[in-house]
Amino acid sequence: MNAKRKDMIATVIIDLIVAIVVGILFFLLAYILIKGLPHVSWSFLTGATDSFDGSGGIGVQLFNSFYLLVLTMLISIPISLGAGIYLAEYAKDNWRTSLIRSAIEVLSSLPSVVVGLFGFLLFVVKFKIGFSVISGAIALTFFNLPLLTRNIEESLSAVPRSQREAGFSLGLSKWKTEVGIILPVALPGIVTGVVLSAGRVFGEAAALIYTAGQSAPVTNFADWNPMDAASPLNPFRPAETLAVHIWKMNTEGLASNAAALSAAASAVLIIAVLLFNLGARVLGSYLYRRVTASK
Amino acid sequence: MNKGSKLAMGIAAISLLLVGCGKATSSTGSKESSAALSGKVTAVGSTALQPLAAKAGTNFTAKNTKVNLTVQGGGSGTGLSQVQAGAVSIGDSDIFAEEKDGIKADKLTDHKVAVVGMAPVVNKDSGVKNLKMAQLKQIFTGKITNWKEVGGKDEKIVIINRAQGSGTRATFENAVLKGADAVKSQEQDSNGAVQKIVSTTPGAISYLAFSYFTNKLQAVSIDNVTPTDNNVETNKWKIWSYEHMYTKGTPDKATTAFLKYMDSKTVQDSLVKDMGYISIHDMKVTKDAKGVVTQN
Amino acid sequence: MEQTNFQLKKQDTQSQEWSKRLHHATRATREDWIGRGISYLCIGVIILVVASMLWFITSKGIATFTQNHVSLWKFLSGTDWSPSQGKIGALPMIVGSFAVTFAAAIVATPFAVGTAIFMTEISPNKGRKFLQPVIELLVGIPSVVYGFIGLAVVVPFMRHLVGGSGFGIISATFVLFVMVLPTITSMTVDSLRAVPRYYKEASLALGATRWQTVSKVILRSATPGILTAVIFGMARAFGEALAVQMVIGNAAVMPKNLISAASTLTSQLTTGIGDTIDGTLPNNALWSLALILLLMSLFFNALVRVIAKRGQLKHER
Repeated sequence: MNAKRKDMIATVIIDLIVAIVVGILFFLLAYILIKGLPHVSWSFLTGATDSFDGSGGIGVQLFNSFYLLVLTMLISIPISLGAGIYLAEYAKDNWRTSLIRSAIEVLSSLPSVVVGLFGFLLFVVKFKIGFSVISGAIALTFFNLPLLTRNIEESLSAVPRSQREAGFSLGLSKWKTEVGIILPVALPGIVTGVVLSAGRVFGEAAALIYTAGQSAPVTNFADWNPMDAASPLNPFRPAETLAVHIWKMNTEGLASNAAALSAAASAVLIIAVLLFNLGARVLGSYLYRRVTASK
Repeated sequence: MNKGSKLAMGIAAISLLLVGCGKATSSTGSKESSAALSGKVTAVGSTALQPLAAKAGTNFTAKNTKVNLTVQGGGSGTGLSQVQAGAVSIGDSDIFAEEKDGIKADKLTDHKVAVVGMAPVVNKDSGVKNLKMAQLKQIFTGKITNWKEVGGKDEKIVIINRAQGSGTRATFENAVLKGADAVKSQEQDSNGAVQKIVSTTPGAISYLAFSYFTNKLQAVSIDNVTPTDNNVETNKWKIWSYEHMYTKGTPDKATTAFLKYMDSKTVQDSLVKDMGYISIHDMKVTKDAKGVVTQN
Repeated sequence: MEQTNFQLKKQDTQSQEWSKRLHHATRATREDWIGRGISYLCIGVIILVVASMLWFITSKGIATFTQNHVSLWKFLSGTDWSPSQGKIGALPMIVGSFAVTFAAAIVATPFAVGTAIFMTEISPNKGRKFLQPVIELLVGIPSVVYGFIGLAVVVPFMRHLVGGSGFGIISATFVLFVMVLPTITSMTVDSLRAVPRYYKEASLALGATRWQTVSKVILRSATPGILTAVIFGMARAFGEALAVQMVIGNAAVMPKNLISAASTLTSQLTTGIGDTIDGTLPNNALWSLALILLLMSLFFNALVRVIAKRGQLKHER
């Protein structure tokens, strides 16, 4: 039976392919975790980097990554919420809307290095803000907006029409219906999307090397006034993030244990991204249960 | 109304942020008290100078706690154009401002803070320890492609060049190639990467600052002159350059104080040497932007 | 309004009130205006960002041709990239970018499609429970981590295998292959799942084997989706900067073979932009490279649209 034999061969080949893929993936994770985790310690996570050879801890970079993430989200969530509501509710099905949608698609498909260079041109060269947290956060926002907008729009559109009609029949405005009724229902989906995009933002490096900069000045963690120059919250200081640090360490690091240190930093980065993914799932399903009161 | 107002507030906050970022940078530097030195100093540029500047900066701010000093990399080009634009107080550079197109060097003031010696390095496998200057030029212009032509092993030469436009490459090409075009090859833009690649790739040649020599690679003498600090100080070793800190116009007090600190004995005699640079005070010759060397 | 006690005046205000109510917007309408305003504003911000990005990069990118008067043809076909000497032939980088992108896509596609078939047709259970989360996780791994693995594992491996420095197109291809694999796989899975069940059932009912069903029916009807997945993967590979820059060797020469060091548009950009002065030819030339990247991403975008449209037509017919 020719067809049967072909079927068998094809199945074997596919099994083999899957085995190879799974093998590669596991090798990847195992390599990073096995090489990196032994070097991860409390002092590594909180210590300062030696400005000469890049050895030492990643405390400042870790803080920078989180701080940039928070700022990025603070800027991008409201904008993409508004934009998502526009697309889900107000946009009519015409050429203007399709133009807007294409623009968002274009933004989402731009290489992150182009986004980063645009940020560099605008903030560092034109506005003379210099390499800073705020430049980095806005560059990351550019790159985060389309993803988040699309996610919010999808979550909003997925809410059944009857919910909207219920709102209108109560005499509520479209806006109030949207914000008071639809948004809470769509929240689980939105939160999942936000957390997932947070993972992406957390690991982004190419958009940051020329916006947030490649140096992590030691900051005074006792000073929480954002206006003070030495404060970790100051948005105008340069802030090398963890992902940028890994890149720097691999291309310029001089420490004798650079490989081990960047493995450790990579392990931390991957674990953070893993936690974001996991958090997205857990939070999403928790909120879903809360909002819909179902199991 | 609750969520709506939150949204509105968020948007208001962003617009504030966006407006705020234009202004806040310019206002910080100006306040100066007569008692303690204060202000904001930003040094941007050369990644080769960054470690020294950062370390010196840390020591400087330990004494002058009111001064906020940030040192950033970004490359010599960024440093020079940023200081020219008045965006930063100090532009760090590996090369003379005159050598960079698009920089009006006469508007900038040069402060030489250290000297860096550079030497060709080869993989130990090649069996070469000394080269004639002409041979070195022929290797980098692609005329010599096998180590046996210069007395080494029968092995192909793998050239690792430095990134176009980088200060290290400019210095090397000025001293060795003297206007000839380098053969196109791999380019790496950092001492760290070059160090790693040359020590692991059979037949590799590149060039490094003295401080990056390790026992895993072979530093090459040229015309039997060894690459040492002493030979640089007398210009017997030709491949070296200054590390510059450029300022524009009259720098503010904090910047002046920092530049003075960089030139002081504390920095030049200990820190500069500890980090593998050569002290500017030890130089017995001076090189100008055109590469003309005069005895001091 | 209620401060009056005169009857007449009261009547007057009452009617005024009514006319006001009738002629003016209700609270709900006003709310709606505000809401509409906010959401228009937000979408406006995004449009502004996109427009200014396109405008800035285009105007910077064409300065090479308008201000420095380099001919476009020379830029696209020249092979000598020495911007500091005024020679800006971008072909080596263009070729490098396309080479690694196509190579990675060619290697990754069979793996991705195979895995997707496994996940949807052969063992949907294992696929959903085990492979799906793993693939999703891999989509999220930051590119610098891939670059690091490339530098620590792939480059030394290639050095032992083929000699030379180990940096080069093949190392970059391998890194990109692993990077785009999860992207292509997960999108292919989606498009395979979207194939109507009755296609498959009809085929099996005709006595076709599983492989016949998969290859002749499912893959064929999912082709537009799979192509879209591959293009997305290619777009990601084309625009990837740091992971590639770490392993390709950055030699601005025409790649001779797969093991020779090369450079891509992105790798030149990341290494070069800090060493050039704003407004000079070397800097403008780099922006022209960025413009090519931008145009290519627009092209990939358009391609996805065309395929989507074609696919729709096919289904309707």
